[in-house]
Amino acid sequence: MAAPKKAAAGAAQDKTNGGSPPEFTREQELKALRDMLLIRRFEEKAGQLYGMGAIGGFCHLYIGQEAVVVGMQMALKQGDQVITGYRDHGHMLATGMDANGVMAELTGRRGGYSKGKGGSMHMFSKEKHFYGGHGIVGAQVSLGTGLAFANHYRGNDNVSVTYFGDGAANQGQVYESFNMAELWKLPVIYVIENNRYAMGTSVSRASAQQDFSKRGASFNIPGMQVDGMDVRAVKAAGEEAAAWCRAGKGPYILEMQTYRYRGHSMSDPAKYRTREEVEKVRHDQDPIEQVRNRLLAAKVSEQDLKAIDAEVRDIVNASADFAQHDPEPDAAELWTDVYR
Amino acid sequence: MPIQVLMPALSPTMEKGNLAKWLKKEGETIKSGDVIAEIETDKATMEVEATDEGTLGKILIPEGTADVAVNTPIATILADGESAADLAKAPAPAKQEKAAESAPPAAAKGEAPAPKAAPAPQAVAEPDPEVPAGTEMVTQTIREALRDAMAEEMRRDADVFVMGEEVAEYQGAYKVTQGLLQEFGAKRVIDTPITEHGFAGIGVGAAMTGLKPIVEFMTFNFAMQAIDQIINSAAKTLYMSGGQMGCSIVFRGPNGAAARVAAQHSQDYSAWYSHIPGLKVVAPYSAADAKGLLKAAIRDPNPVIFLENEVLYGHSGEVPKLDDFVIPIGKARIVRSGSHVTIISWSNGMTYALKAADELAKDGIEAEVIDLRTLRPLDTETIINSVKKTGRAVTVEEGWAQSGVGAEIAARIMENAFDYLDAPVARVSGKDVPMPYAANLEKLALPAAAEVVEAAKAVCYR
Repeated sequence: MAAPKKAAAGAAQDKTNGGSPPEFTREQELKALRDMLLIRRFEEKAGQLYGMGAIGGFCHLYIGQEAVVVGMQMALKQGDQVITGYRDHGHMLATGMDANGVMAELTGRRGGYSKGKGGSMHMFSKEKHFYGGHGIVGAQVSLGTGLAFANHYRGNDNVSVTYFGDGAANQGQVYESFNMAELWKLPVIYVIENNRYAMGTSVSRASAQQDFSKRGASFNIPGMQVDGMDVRAVKAAGEEAAAWCRAGKGPYILEMQTYRYRGHSMSDPAKYRTREEVEKVRHDQDPIEQVRNRLLAAKVSEQDLKAIDAEVRDIVNASADFAQHDPEPDAAELWTDVYR
Repeated sequence: MPIQVLMPALSPTMEKGNLAKWLKKEGETIKSGDVIAEIETDKATMEVEATDEGTLGKILIPEGTADVAVNTPIATILADGESAADLAKAPAPAKQEKAAESAPPAAAKGEAPAPKAAPAPQAVAEPDPEVPAGTEMVTQTIREALRDAMAEEMRRDADVFVMGEEVAEYQGAYKVTQGLLQEFGAKRVIDTPITEHGFAGIGVGAAMTGLKPIVEFMTFNFAMQAIDQIINSAAKTLYMSGGQMGCSIVFRGPNGAAARVAAQHSQDYSAWYSHIPGLKVVAPYSAADAKGLLKAAIRDPNPVIFLENEVLYGHSGEVPKLDDFVIPIGKARIVRSGSHVTIISWSNGMTYALKAADELAKDGIEAEVIDLRTLRPLDTETIINSVKKTGRAVTVEEGWAQSGVGAEIAARIMENAFDYLDAPVARVSGKDVPMPYAANLEKLALPAAAEVVEAAKAVCYR
């Protein structure tokens, strides 16, 4: 069994550690830019609609973390499953779910992915192999291990990509799942999105072992720390982990060192960190700016980049329009889908 | 004075066993700790160890004897200086020998008491409408009926598998999965670590992809560790996904009180799970229902909580010999018809209900006894139709009264048949205390047939 190892260092740390990740082709850079921009603009719009009262309840935005899910998705193949917690809009868009359906679910309309009955934290797509959207912190880790169990049972070569945060990493069922995943050699990549704060509690105030790549060490699960702000590093790590799983070697842990720019939810007063800290990450490490700068350096025209911006804005604006005009669910929907 | 060796009990619920083999002969010298005999129940073989030194004087129960009651003298041991002539003398105070299971020892949490051999009172005044007339019947224990239901469904559908603690190599903590590993292999009969929360979640995740797990909890008391996954993930996902993603999964295992295992191992979860929309809850009493309903539960596209009862596992009943005997979920059964009072129960509560009905009949009160069999969806119609006929109702449950299933039944009767009631609905339930250990207190904490009789007489103003 490979010992836990380290690749690139964390978001706020010296990025020279571990060397540069493999370069992207121009097509890959453009795809990464487009997919990350879609998430960012979508989330900005969701924030606006929340402020207007069109979105209710809890709303957890993914802004700042886009490179994690986009890079991972670039490392996967058709049939691989994705499951995550409540900060899930980015994951849904990255798996190819329709922006209209996601936004309409946020506004609680009948055209939403769950017909308006799930909301921000509870959306699913069998077609895109997206298994939710789970509101109980850590529950998706056992469920995602179950997706991997099903792959193993059926003897296919699909991998379950199970996302959770630095906060969820302290839940007991995570370790119950680690144990069984390694015991039975289940094909699951545990992607720990370490954005440094579990709601308002920093990692240092909540975690005895702050190196999350080591959290599987006592189960012999290999782990890697990844610069989760660099989409290329994420993709490379994802490919390594997926190959490990597909080779029948069992689970793999990727600690993605990332950062959320916005509050935990829309009602977060953000008293637990300084404005300067947020500004510094935004300025130095923004995952989208990194790609944009590389593309500009490679002589891609501003014009071409603006065309991507425009395409993304059109999708997002259309989704907001749809989500505000689509009717609410029929009252009869109250009683459907309890049993089948 | 010669010492008597008594038939040992492997567990508090064991009442008799078979004397399989004598390993010592009359006249042989015995040291403390020697294995002198083997006894067996329908689940396990155990060794009888001597706790005294001396000579095996006389074998009182020959090997091969079946159904030897616990505490029956099976042999005498002569102390130094005693001879066969001393055997005629009055025996020393009875001393129970120590029994050791020859199977791997049960985990601390997995003590596997043997079943009561006594047959359950099977009042079958009313034929089961699910069984065609003239069907051949076979006698089976509930344990065997459950095992057969799983085996049949696993043969029928490759997506069905069983997972849980000790379900495979140990053959089930209560031997309900006996033989499944041998027939279906380790891929489909999966021993888990002791990790209820984790494996419940893994089961639900697998079910979301279309597999059909049967998740065994060694008891539902341990399922409290997993209840978040059962309710938040299994029961709610279909609704939260707008009908897109549900899960077909069975959570099964013994529920409620066994015998002398005290507060943390004796809780009845009937009311807890029957509270939850999205779950179906089944709790059979008879062997036939255990089989037919478990098959239905495995086929059901929804999450099903299947509440078994440890005390009932060893009870035998008639099971129809049919290729595919499935009982629909959600239908109660009138087990005994009567016109004076309706007694409603399920699972082991039926034991008290049926005994009480026999007693009441001696006093000229004809009770109609309903076995709910399913707690969610609750067969309100059968209850209401009966109460409209009798005008009186008594509910019987081992669980606590507050927010219990009996409370729900009483409310539904009031809502649907208030004008037909001749007396307030009476509830017989477990007492409002954690389950005590002491034998006398435990008996007091559980419902009793006498309490059901008393309640029935009260609502009949007798």
